[in-house]
Amino acid sequence: MLQQVDRVTPGAERLQRVNEFVVKFANVNGSGSASANALFAKTVLRMGVAVTPRNIFPSNIQGLPTWYEVRISEAGHLGARGGGVDLMVAMNPQTWDQDVQSIEPGGYLFYDNTKPMPASKFRDDIVVVGVPLTRMTNEAYSDPRQRQLFKNIVGLGALAALIDMDIPSIEQLLSEQFKGRDKLISANIQALHMGLDWVKQNLGDPIGLKMRKADVVGDRIFIDGNAAAALGAVYGGATVCAWYPITPSSSLAEAFQRYCSRYRVDKATGKNNFAIVQAEDELSSIGMVIGAAWNGARSFTATSGPGISLMQEFIGLAYFAEIPAVIFDVQRSGPSTGMPTRTQQTDITACAYASHGDTKHVLLIPEDPYECFEFGALAFDLADRLQTPIFVMLDLEIGMNERLTRPFNWDDSRKMDRGKVMTAADLDAGKKFGRYLDVDGDGIAYRTLPGTHPTKGAFFTRGTSKDAMARYSEEGADYQENMERLLKKHGTAAGLVPPAIERKADRPTKLGAIYYGSTSPAIVEADQMLAEQGIVLDLLRVRAFPFGPEVEAFIAAHDQVFVVEQNRDGQLRSLLINELEINPAKLTKVVHYDGTPITARFIAGGIAEKTKPSLKVAS
Amino acid sequence: MTFIPKPKLHHPDLQKNALGFTRRDYEGPVSTLCAGCGHDSISAAIVKACFELDIAPHRVAKLSGIGCSSKTPTYFLGASHGFNSVHGRMPSVLTGANLANKDLIYLGVSGDGDSASIGLGQFAHSMRRGVNMVYIVENNGVYGLTKGQFSATSDKGAKSKRGVVNSDEAIDLVGMALQLGATFVGRSFSGDKAQLVPLIEAALKHEGAAFIDCISPCVAFNNHEGSTKSFDYVREHNAALNYLDVISGRSEITVDYAPGEVEMVTQHDGSTLKLRKLHPSYDVHDRVAALTYMQERAAMGEIVTGLLYVDPNPRDMHGYLKTVDRPLNELSDDALIPGGSALERLNASLR
Repeated sequence: MLQQVDRVTPGAERLQRVNEFVVKFANVNGSGSASANALFAKTVLRMGVAVTPRNIFPSNIQGLPTWYEVRISEAGHLGARGGGVDLMVAMNPQTWDQDVQSIEPGGYLFYDNTKPMPASKFRDDIVVVGVPLTRMTNEAYSDPRQRQLFKNIVGLGALAALIDMDIPSIEQLLSEQFKGRDKLISANIQALHMGLDWVKQNLGDPIGLKMRKADVVGDRIFIDGNAAAALGAVYGGATVCAWYPITPSSSLAEAFQRYCSRYRVDKATGKNNFAIVQAEDELSSIGMVIGAAWNGARSFTATSGPGISLMQEFIGLAYFAEIPAVIFDVQRSGPSTGMPTRTQQTDITACAYASHGDTKHVLLIPEDPYECFEFGALAFDLADRLQTPIFVMLDLEIGMNERLTRPFNWDDSRKMDRGKVMTAADLDAGKKFGRYLDVDGDGIAYRTLPGTHPTKGAFFTRGTSKDAMARYSEEGADYQENMERLLKKHGTAAGLVPPAIERKADRPTKLGAIYYGSTSPAIVEADQMLAEQGIVLDLLRVRAFPFGPEVEAFIAAHDQVFVVEQNRDGQLRSLLINELEINPAKLTKVVHYDGTPITARFIAGGIAEKTKPSLKVAS
Repeated sequence: MTFIPKPKLHHPDLQKNALGFTRRDYEGPVSTLCAGCGHDSISAAIVKACFELDIAPHRVAKLSGIGCSSKTPTYFLGASHGFNSVHGRMPSVLTGANLANKDLIYLGVSGDGDSASIGLGQFAHSMRRGVNMVYIVENNGVYGLTKGQFSATSDKGAKSKRGVVNSDEAIDLVGMALQLGATFVGRSFSGDKAQLVPLIEAALKHEGAAFIDCISPCVAFNNHEGSTKSFDYVREHNAALNYLDVISGRSEITVDYAPGEVEMVTQHDGSTLKLRKLHPSYDVHDRVAALTYMQERAAMGEIVTGLLYVDPNPRDMHGYLKTVDRPLNELSDDALIPGGSALERLNASLR
């Protein structure tokens, strides 16, 4: 049969790898490939090997190309590796040339050879494996939808045979997925075996990439960051969610709805211990969040950069009026349509200094779904404690991709910290109430909730024109006093947010690298590559703004500090320079901003290129 | 410094309501609006309505946007929590506040710039969501604080104080509220206390989205010859449709009008509206007819006032969202946090 022969040029050696390679599926959006792709990734997981899938998709519902890149790594690397793809599953004629081009020399191309392709459409330094998927499914099924869906499963079966995936694991996953619908289970298993059997009967062993069972997954779980953050909001006691759909954050609000339906419906009455409103725009969603939070409900919105832009005025009001709002920002690449389905860390300065007037906000920056959950729940305690907006800064890479992550845990003795709220009993006991009085010296004043007491504790909430007793005032002295207190409160926040985490090298070094969020796994891998070249790094992962003293100490302890980010301008670097008054020459920018996730190879290359030779260790 | 507290000296014989409060207990600091401003009459009407209905002041949350009208919540209900939000966005803040605690009374005060221009979207969406609130627009057809620009409710052909003629079509918030599903819609005039006070009372008793467009002349910038929002013009063109008396559940109801002239409407909370009809054929429960009637009369140059539409059994946002009876802001950890064992089960399903 045509093109089922292996073709390898003498110049490129056929890749031979076990449990350490990258597979990329090129699909057409809306073709039903997603569930087969997910099945592939989950099978790797069930075989005990670390797996990291990434969705690369356009702003489109049906028809345009999408990719699903799966990194398989027994060494445990979860970041994007970079470089070419080891095995391309090319199911989309529209992107064929580009897909064939992206294969590593000596790598593999798997495709549907029902219609033969001219020889010019291949490369001669790769191995080409053709399987007639369309022909097989057309012969076996008559319904067009079935043909489409089962083709993906037949393809999975063929692929599984070629790289030695564990078939019982796939069958088990199918049984779990279609639990209670036995017909569907057997139909899918039948399709799986159709592909499997065909490969066994018609092909030898053309692919040198192999899977074998291992034990590196442990008790880790597999979930996307948006769902984890939504779960964090449930555990954080959020009761009001107001949102406006925007990629890549919509699935966060939708996951909150899903978890609330599971965990928040009152058993006795069937009524909801939550309220979710899809607002008419982001101005309205943040307005509702602020109204609810002012009135004592834990509330949040989920959005992305353009939504943050629209919310600016309200964010300023919440800052000055001291209202505990939580904002999940799932960052993406800029405005309008197109690149917004790509990942970036581009809202760091926009959120840190959001709005008019002198403002500084609290940011929490999770590295993975585990921290999305942790920080998601923590954000509500911090918001109430600090009476200010809290931003949880995800990005598309963390938010919309399933990721292997530590299992969630919850200490049942933990209670919500509702912060400084004065009750009717406090007021009756004669406690002095002034909404903006700094009674404890931490910059945080007491608040009362509407409806607390018939005659005491009511106040009028407004922007900046007020005195410490919340009376209307345009006096300069009142304004300044309030602004100084807000600054003090920001200082208090620095001691409450999660501190930066240092990862010290195994020997002393004057080189450091600061990074945050989804850059985490790629830089850890890059660090290993760099160590082999004599570039030894201490790593510091910033997890929040304002910065704690450990950040300044880290920079002081190193002669050259790389700041690795996924934006053009080095936004965290700017923040470090601005807030800590660091000499800019000390902070070397390493930035990746093409919309794809930052890779280990990129970071290693960038740091190697910019390292001052005197700081290298002779290796 | 523009905060002038009112002395809390009461006349010993000042009348008290069922809660023991006098009218003074429903007031706020001294108004800083222009002397003679229609808005101050509306504030006084709100004070009177809350006093007469025996509403505990702290059970009201008053919210506003930005503008002269939005300043007024400072000047009434001093024992209530208030929120001066951002321009045109009071409806979303009020909606959120209502989500958090369904048990309070939400009074949104806005103006024609705040609701018909910058905030038209939020106005519209709060009506269609059926937020349980009283939403009053103090409508003077002009931007006062920025010195006299036209607003979106200025009538086409109306003349500004500087002699400029407005060429844009006016937005009719009453028509929009009717179309968007508000379950209580009224229009009144700040100079007609006899009509306005009971209208506010009826709205406060209504358990759904209640909207009142209150024409409130701006004495500084829109009270001249050629204005269609001046005291003189509104008095001349006011076509009152009805007058109301609000009777709370326990009072005895007597009807001393001829049939056809009075209609009794029982609201969901048990209160009764005694509607003294000036146009016997007008059906206050017919949304479509109300829209037509308003437009016909507007074409004739009349400003129709009174209770224009009421649904005695409205459904509000919490009904649609199926929230628990207890306010969300009172729910405890037990009700909200699923706990460690639920999380372990979830972990197991994610492997």
